[in-house]
Amino acid sequence: MTFFLEVLIGGLLSGVLYALVALGFVLIFKASGVFNFAQGAMVFFAALTFVGFTEVLPGWTGLAQGTAGNFWLAFILALSSMIVLGIATERVVLRPLVNQPPITLFMVTIGLTFFIEGVAQGIWGSHVRGLNLGIEDVPVMFLLDNFDMIISQFDLIAAGIALVLFVTLALLFQYTKVGRALRAVADDHQAALSVGIPLKHIWAIVWSVAGFVALIAGLIWGARNGVQFALTFTALKALPVLILGGFTSVPGAIIGGLIIGASEKLAEVYLGPFVGGGIEGWFPYILAMLFLLVRPEGLFGEKHIDRV
Amino acid sequence: MARQFGDVVIDLQNISLRFGGVKALTDISFNVVEHEIRAIIGPNGAGKSSMLNVINGVYHPQEGNIIFRGQQRQKMEPYEAASQGIARTFQNIALFKGMSVLDNIMTGRNLMMKTSFLHHMLYWGKAQREEIEHRKKVEEVIDFLEIQSIRKTPVGRLPYGLQKRVELARALAAEPTLLLLDEPMAGMNVEEKQDMCRFILDVNDQFGTTIVLIEHDMGVVMDISDRVVVLDYGKKIGDGTPDEVKNDPKVIDAYLGTSH
Amino acid sequence: MFYREAGQFKASYQADSRIFPIRQDQIGFVALMAFLFLVVPFIANQYWLQAVLIPVLIFGLAALGLNILTGYAGQLSLGSAAFMAVGAFGTYNFMLRIDGMPFLVAILLGGLCAAAVGILFGLPSLRIKGFYLAVATLAAQFFIVWVLVKFGWFSNYSSSGVITAQRVNILGIDFRSPEMKYLLTLTVVTVLALLAKNMVRSSTGRKWMAVRDMDVAAEVIGIRLMRTKLQAFAISSFYCGVAGALYAYMYLGTVEPEGFNLDLSFKILFMIIIGGVGSIMGSFIGAAFIVLLPVLLNVAFHGSIGAFVPADLASNMELIIFGSLIIFFLIVEPHGLARLWQLAKEKLRLWPFPH
Repeated sequence: MTFFLEVLIGGLLSGVLYALVALGFVLIFKASGVFNFAQGAMVFFAALTFVGFTEVLPGWTGLAQGTAGNFWLAFILALSSMIVLGIATERVVLRPLVNQPPITLFMVTIGLTFFIEGVAQGIWGSHVRGLNLGIEDVPVMFLLDNFDMIISQFDLIAAGIALVLFVTLALLFQYTKVGRALRAVADDHQAALSVGIPLKHIWAIVWSVAGFVALIAGLIWGARNGVQFALTFTALKALPVLILGGFTSVPGAIIGGLIIGASEKLAEVYLGPFVGGGIEGWFPYILAMLFLLVRPEGLFGEKHIDRV
Repeated sequence: MARQFGDVVIDLQNISLRFGGVKALTDISFNVVEHEIRAIIGPNGAGKSSMLNVINGVYHPQEGNIIFRGQQRQKMEPYEAASQGIARTFQNIALFKGMSVLDNIMTGRNLMMKTSFLHHMLYWGKAQREEIEHRKKVEEVIDFLEIQSIRKTPVGRLPYGLQKRVELARALAAEPTLLLLDEPMAGMNVEEKQDMCRFILDVNDQFGTTIVLIEHDMGVVMDISDRVVVLDYGKKIGDGTPDEVKNDPKVIDAYLGTSH
Repeated sequence: MFYREAGQFKASYQADSRIFPIRQDQIGFVALMAFLFLVVPFIANQYWLQAVLIPVLIFGLAALGLNILTGYAGQLSLGSAAFMAVGAFGTYNFMLRIDGMPFLVAILLGGLCAAAVGILFGLPSLRIKGFYLAVATLAAQFFIVWVLVKFGWFSNYSSSGVITAQRVNILGIDFRSPEMKYLLTLTVVTVLALLAKNMVRSSTGRKWMAVRDMDVAAEVIGIRLMRTKLQAFAISSFYCGVAGALYAYMYLGTVEPEGFNLDLSFKILFMIIIGGVGSIMGSFIGAAFIVLLPVLLNVAFHGSIGAFVPADLASNMELIIFGSLIIFFLIVEPHGLARLWQLAKEKLRLWPFPH
């Protein structure tokens, strides 16, 4: 039982990371109808840029690596890069494609994925790097002593950071003017435009926020598994998360992420041994595919009625 | 005008359609008889298009019966409706944008083409003969609707009025016995409307096709239709010949508004 | 001779629905085929045959398969490489396990295996559209490769699933030299491309395009969506499967499941975007482009300034250039190089009197 709980909690915590990536997808999809396949590449770009800055900054500023000053400076520079990247993407790539079929927009973001990956590695190099956030990946002693469970301290703190992020974003959307405008845009572009909401402005903000979310996801993920190209593949798992949660629902992204994270770990541990292991790689996709057959609109998505 | 009508083609009985909590149609009954031109009119949002969608199986009503050529059914699938001779056009043109006019109209005959993809791969013998035979039929429709000069043009490049005509051509290519037209004259100028009226009357006259049409232009409706159904807020408020409907106080209220 | 259609009148519908209705095009096509079959084997060297022509033909065939599904029937797939893998491993097993199995029958059967798997993974397309479907095809991509790695039976229990192509012998002729491999590949690809062209210009292709352009209207005129989509999945996967078999037998000789990864699927998708979505010829133009681009980049980087460009940067440049090209084409010319060719011909028709 303890082992089951360990696996379950470990899975849920890694699900938080899927949820973080999925959140970036949902934000952009809601606001602009673009299914941004490049969200995973953005996570990679963010993590690599952050690590790259922490490495080169000491040479420029004299701050030692590992100091808080160096950390925050690199964070700010990486965040600025993400915002520039987001706005540039919206301007250069997506604006000329307004009113194109969704499938075209989707394919263009696949091109964007390659571009971003190439640029990131072109600037910072392709070797695997460690990323240290100063949180140790050790079991939480309290749980180990009292419940005999091995739960990583790092995972718990990461989940905590993600939770703070989710709550902050939810509050911003609910109570600020920009948030209201955003929800209006998500509901109906034309109507939002007609009441004077600056659509392009909103899109720029959304892409920046998605960049910010990507940075947070990149930092946590990079610290967990190292900053490497494989990040982009793991980020693909946000796709089945979206199928489960629905493409337009933020709570859906979170719950979908948790379900995918938990179920793939449980499947690996309990089903894996019977078929030779390694099923984590495809389990989420097959799960999502089967789910699609039953409920194509996702757990929280809206049912769409075709009008003719 | 001595017109001959036949039996009831389709009889709609107590049709109700809901989308979630929204009632699109409530308890609507009317019939269409062979060879007539039946109009459905009503203000915007009255449920006219929903009615057509029920007839050819795009929407499935929660209640009511449809009796089509003596067979009772609660719902049909669109392809079943098509294979039993129901063809239609759409309010917002639903042509296949990436294909030429000719190919669009050829798709209208897909149900009559019996060869499989294995024949098509070889494009030889039976498949080629069939293709050419149907091409001849399609050319007849093209001649009938006077669109010879644009047959190889991609439909996306055509002006609105011509697109409407191509859509009618695709429906006619199926040689339907029941033709549903959803606002065939919306957005047309007077001359285009005249042409379209002429085509509709010719189709009805030459091929004996039964027609159900939705139209906003009252002049057109009163001129060409044999009987008219009036819908308002998803309910039937009038049914009869154009003259009867025109003088029905309930219909006049719905169109001109009343002080309740 | 000018490129003109003036004076060429069609007296029958048969003549009007030819693949190349204009006589100059017919002549051009026959000349191209004669060149490819009769001249190329004698003038091309080993490098050109093995590193350029054979892969272009094979990738072109795979791209054609994807184009049937995505370009004609409008269903996006990110799993083309997995269907290629099914074709390759299917063919291998038919060759291995049935004595005296003729190679051409084996690739046909391998293609049919791919078609069956394609139908299975196409089932979700009945409920979902567009990029939602991409996730289902990703499932195919990861699942199929995993199955081929994990279950040794498929690779005859070789380590990490590597298979080595058996020798190909048809009617006593050995297909071992690059020239013979090229000719066999060219023959298979030409036949399949013509069959595909015939399908897309007849009722089958019209149904696909109808479903692609407006599925509700297609249903209303009596097209069965389920049957049409699954048919497109099956035929598309068949083409990818045959391409996979040729990839193993005529190009690489030794393949492993991991070789048919997501990257290869993306490459094939890029071929159709650059070459032309919904164009048979575009599939091959796109394949040529994607195969030749790294070669050209290689020359550029290692030619004049080459000494200063590390290999690492060069491979990243490749990513950047691929990415930019995709974005560029989707924005500027969504129908790809095939459309540019079409436009050039239309201009040429009127030249030198454009008014």
